[in-house]
Amino acid sequence: MNWEVVIGLEIHAQLATKSKIFSGASTAYGAEPNTQACAVDLGLPGVLPVLNKEAVRMAARFGLAIGANVARRSVFARKNYFYPDLPKGYQISQMALPIVEAGRLEIELEDGSSKIIGITRAHLEEDAGKSMHGDFHGMTGVDLNRAGTPLLEIVSEPDMRSAKEAVAYMKKIHSLVQYLEICDGNMQEGSFRCDANVSVRPVGQEEYGTRAELKNINSFRFVEKAIDIEVERQIDLIEAGGKVVQETRLYDSDKNETRSMRSKEEANDYRYFPDPDLLPVVIEESFLTEVKSTLPELPDEKRQRFVQELFLSNYDAGVLTASRELADYFELVTEVAGGEAKLAANWVAGDLMGALNKAGQEIAESPVSAEMLGGMIKRIQDNTISGKIAKEVFDAMWQGEGDADTVIAARGLKQITDTSAIEPIIDNIIANNPGQVEQYRSGKDKLFGFFVGQVMKATQGKANPQQVNELLRQKLSG
Amino acid sequence: MSLGKEDIEKIAHLARLGINDADVPGYVRNLSDILGLVEQMSAVETSGVTPMAHPLDARQRLRADEVTEINQREQLQANAPQVEAGLFLVPQVIE
Repeated sequence: MNWEVVIGLEIHAQLATKSKIFSGASTAYGAEPNTQACAVDLGLPGVLPVLNKEAVRMAARFGLAIGANVARRSVFARKNYFYPDLPKGYQISQMALPIVEAGRLEIELEDGSSKIIGITRAHLEEDAGKSMHGDFHGMTGVDLNRAGTPLLEIVSEPDMRSAKEAVAYMKKIHSLVQYLEICDGNMQEGSFRCDANVSVRPVGQEEYGTRAELKNINSFRFVEKAIDIEVERQIDLIEAGGKVVQETRLYDSDKNETRSMRSKEEANDYRYFPDPDLLPVVIEESFLTEVKSTLPELPDEKRQRFVQELFLSNYDAGVLTASRELADYFELVTEVAGGEAKLAANWVAGDLMGALNKAGQEIAESPVSAEMLGGMIKRIQDNTISGKIAKEVFDAMWQGEGDADTVIAARGLKQITDTSAIEPIIDNIIANNPGQVEQYRSGKDKLFGFFVGQVMKATQGKANPQQVNELLRQKLSG
Repeated sequence: MSLGKEDIEKIAHLARLGINDADVPGYVRNLSDILGLVEQMSAVETSGVTPMAHPLDARQRLRADEVTEINQREQLQANAPQVEAGLFLVPQVIE
């Protein structure tokens, strides 16, 4: 039987506010345990939550960016369950009336096609603390620094049909929240997390199969692997006559398998009700207008501009706008290089990204700054160096030998553009290779490359290639 | 609407309350009576009325995004039964 895979994602993005969603405690990562957990975060009696305006603004930014309805009135509710890292016994979240509803996002697939993924809703909620099952005499240690950190939970429609589509969607959201500067996107630190709802159904069947929820898969690679392995499990199960049970499953990346988290099952009765400590959140039109006016250029808009105004290929534009940092880097290179967008794109998407990948580094860690790369391209442009010599200059900059001008001067790489300097070299080569000259003149055109090579060798690659070609043609024909 | 014994046991479990079996019939009666009282509301015509989320007809005040809290871990952990390396210690929870 042929099966169709149905996937919906729930993404938790930690909002990049300075303070928590309902208290004035810091959200900075990596502090000593419990030094950023105040009375509100600890759920001490008598405290009251007060909503962080910036969290509301960030949720609105996201809503506007995905063409969603930003609710003029949204309501916080209590989601009740017991766990030691949730001191109040409930999580403040949004249920019936979320702040963002009905948006959409276009994703690009590997074959170059694109697809619209519906976003059902995005709601504000508070994060829980962290439990540590280390060496505490058989007890569990609890750090509540993270408790109360604002989260935006972004819930997609079950619109994805393969693990690859799910990854493309997740990457797009990841890029978008960083463009919007509402989340740092740091997956190692847990700022961006993902749960996947996965089910299968026979091709052609209208109704959805029973789904399993895969929890906390925290890298793009694991999302793809976890979904693939879960799909395989469900199909094997059904084909062997079994039934998929609706449950929460945990992905084990070491064993590459998913396994049931039975403990979560009975706790699923969350008994949501409106939180009496918080009033409805009302958003004025003027607030939205203001938020709209501060939206940055979004990835899709930027890509379009790169294609239409900078004449980049659709592919290059896609690569260069995948993250805001990379796009900013590229634009700065282009600016420093005096508007040489095509050349800048080739160097950024080619040599630079190649070197970064090889070193396992991010663009922000690049030893070659945008100013340095732009400066080097300017030297290609004004014929100080050839494109070939530029590779040597780039490597030297990467090794920390300074900017392009420093490297060119220190290594004596300045291109020879003085005809009177190149001419005697060519004359010399022609005089020393009478046999080849003879063959060339009798029609063996291929030998032209040999002469170019000789000139380059004699000048250590520093002769201007166009001039060498021109002069050689003249002299060889003579 | 009336509750059964299982409902009471489930509610008690969800709320992590230990109850005596002998008390269950009393809870069934009392809680069912409360629901019965609330049920009178069903007779009221409410179509066209937007449900309130709060008894006060007011809107949520918003706070500026500023860190105003200082580290008070020592005082805040003074009441905790057990603390180590800055962490609250609780009976082991294993997933």
